[in-house]
Amino acid sequence: VKPIAALCCACIVAAGAAAGQARELRLCLSSEPKTFDPLKVSEQSSEIVRYLTGGVLVRVNRVTDQLQPELAESWKLSDGGRAITFYLRSGLKFSNGAPLTANDVARTFNAALDPKQAAPVGDIFRSEQGTPEAHAVSPLEVTIRYAQPKPGIDRLFDGLSIVPANAGKLPVSAGPFFVSEYQPGDYVRLARNPNYWKRDATGKQLPYLDSIRLDIQPNRDIELTRFLRGEIQFVDKLDPANFDRVSKAQPAAARNLGASLDSEFMWFNQSPASGLPDWKRKWFSSVVFRHAISLSIHRNDLARIVYRGHAHAALGPVSPANRFWFNSALKPLPFDSQAALNFLAPEGFALRDGTLRDRAGHAVEFSLITNAGNRPREAMAALIQDDLRKIGIRVNIVTLDFSSLIERITKTSQYEAGLLGLANIEIDPDAQMNVWLSSGGMHAWYPSQKSPATPWEARIDQLELAQASQPSRDARKKAFDEVQKILVDQEAIIYLVNPDYLVATSPTLSGTRPSAAPPQVLWNIEWLRLD
Amino acid sequence: MKKTAAGVLILIALCALFAPLIAPYDYSRQFRDSPGVAANSQFPMGTDDLGRDRFSRLIYATRISILLAPAAALVSILLALLISAVTATRAAWASHALSGFTALCTSLPWIFLFIILRALLPLNTQPAESILITFGLMGIAGWAWPARIFTASIREMRNSGWLVQAQASGMAPRRIALIHAWPHLRAVAAAQFRALLPAYILSEASLGLLGLGVAEPLPSWGNLLAELQHPDRIQSNPWVLAPLALLMIVMICLEVIQ
Repeated sequence: VKPIAALCCACIVAAGAAAGQARELRLCLSSEPKTFDPLKVSEQSSEIVRYLTGGVLVRVNRVTDQLQPELAESWKLSDGGRAITFYLRSGLKFSNGAPLTANDVARTFNAALDPKQAAPVGDIFRSEQGTPEAHAVSPLEVTIRYAQPKPGIDRLFDGLSIVPANAGKLPVSAGPFFVSEYQPGDYVRLARNPNYWKRDATGKQLPYLDSIRLDIQPNRDIELTRFLRGEIQFVDKLDPANFDRVSKAQPAAARNLGASLDSEFMWFNQSPASGLPDWKRKWFSSVVFRHAISLSIHRNDLARIVYRGHAHAALGPVSPANRFWFNSALKPLPFDSQAALNFLAPEGFALRDGTLRDRAGHAVEFSLITNAGNRPREAMAALIQDDLRKIGIRVNIVTLDFSSLIERITKTSQYEAGLLGLANIEIDPDAQMNVWLSSGGMHAWYPSQKSPATPWEARIDQLELAQASQPSRDARKKAFDEVQKILVDQEAIIYLVNPDYLVATSPTLSGTRPSAAPPQVLWNIEWLRLD
Repeated sequence: MKKTAAGVLILIALCALFAPLIAPYDYSRQFRDSPGVAANSQFPMGTDDLGRDRFSRLIYATRISILLAPAAALVSILLALLISAVTATRAAWASHALSGFTALCTSLPWIFLFIILRALLPLNTQPAESILITFGLMGIAGWAWPARIFTASIREMRNSGWLVQAQASGMAPRRIALIHAWPHLRAVAAAQFRALLPAYILSEASLGLLGLGVAEPLPSWGNLLAELQHPDRIQSNPWVLAPLALLMIVMICLEVIQ
């Protein structure tokens, strides 16, 4: 009897230990979060903490792209799109036990738009006419009024975390977790919010995880080594080489989530402020020249060689991963060096002794700048250099430190062609308005134009402004489809590839539903489990 | 031993000189169906990420690095010797001024000065010009470190008995410098040269980050060594270490023949 009793005791102790074991998810932040105040977030690390801790009124489901209720049980648009009313769930509480009411929502919204707060999140809620205001109609009902219709207003609340009146240094939250511990330079620990409102189908309170430890680790090689040692359970945004390394070491952990929203591209400087000789500006301003360059670049080779097959040839300004906004009528851009030469011939370009010359006899040559140390971009530049050599064009690759590069592109305009990428964090094209509008500071090929330089840029301006004020998403999509078509036809930006989204997740992490929109794997954090 | 070392150095120099005859392919040729392959009969050292033959690139890189890095080191040494000799043989204030100037030069944030300099240079620089600019700048910028050593050595000589005796016997300063002082300084200069050589080869790789290094598609030991930042590649293709091995061989040979 004694041995059996001892065995039972041992089993009970072991079970107790297992039950008491904290289910802590560990991952790394690439930099120190600059703030824990959800209204002050302006960089990636703080945004991750905000997303994991913040309670929002509605959530955009990253997989279906549909809005789903969170703190607000329902909502209603009224007054022709000038007002939106949210109806809160009853019994909502912050992580410290304080009740969450419509007053907190109204206060948060008004604080986000208060110029004294300088809250970055407030920018997306601003309107050209007047300042919108939120009023608590009752403890569970809050209305926000605008002077003019605000298209897509409901979806914007996905980014506004509701905060209590006195947030404190480590703010309380209404989301699945709250910041419980912070060791500067070391880690941030998020603990499970005991008052989180959400429950699963069986009635069990979410989140499933007890805590999340975010280690501050800028070195990505160390981050990967820690993952392979089992010290962390998730690595975001791997480069292709490291992804292959994980694939070899732990095949079950390497996950390719398909094309990301990001795109890599090159463009020619068309700004009159560039100081380039007239004949060179004439090449760069010619759609025929740009199209010939585009035809001569082997995009599939860029994807296969530079990204080891973990990228897709780009079709246009929007990645196919952005399923709603992508113009599916766009065709793949072909690779055909001979067609490029045929295309250039009527424009007076001719290949003589292996060198392409324009009508006046100038050898076609340009410098291509990109950021030093970015291995994929340096490699893409080398492949493009080789592709264009085949049609007699000499490309001089210049790698510059990032600040010098940005200064040349945005301020001095002293460059000929650039190769860069855009890391898109927003699905909605409005987020890239400053790229497409001719007056935009990020209008790469000719920024900050006083009036559109070409009829097609004027048309893009017209379509972009029209879609931004359209209440119907379908009408906006139709206008933006035309914008994409014009951009692809004109090739002011020559799109190259959409890199895949590569991550490493521990096989012990379950419940993930990855999507292209950030935070790709962590967007449904409350449903994630560690087995 | 010295003969063997000299022979190895001559062999390497000959390989570099006759690179077009020895290298099986052009250094920039991309075999796009064979990126990152291990050593095989077609590619003796495998290929890099863009499918370029590593062996061919190493030979051409040797041509650039083995000529230009020593040239840059020599420029630094000569500048340092000249400045040290001029000031050390003058009044005490000149020596103090040089001491202050070398301290200033060694404390300057050269990396930022190079960034400013790069911004002033035209972007459409030919690869060959970019090489000369890079190594030229390193040669000019690197005089201060050896100058400190030379100044100390020359100052020590000034108090030595043999110098006083040579001066007392009426020997011309140039003759004293060549016959008596130089043999004393030669060992110091050789040691400084050997210290500067690998530093310049590696600095060239670092300067690539500023757009000042050897531009694509030209290879150099510096940009080939940059591949060692990815240790996983060493496992899949140990030939990635070849430029490092070659650099070590050259350094050992230089040490032996001094």
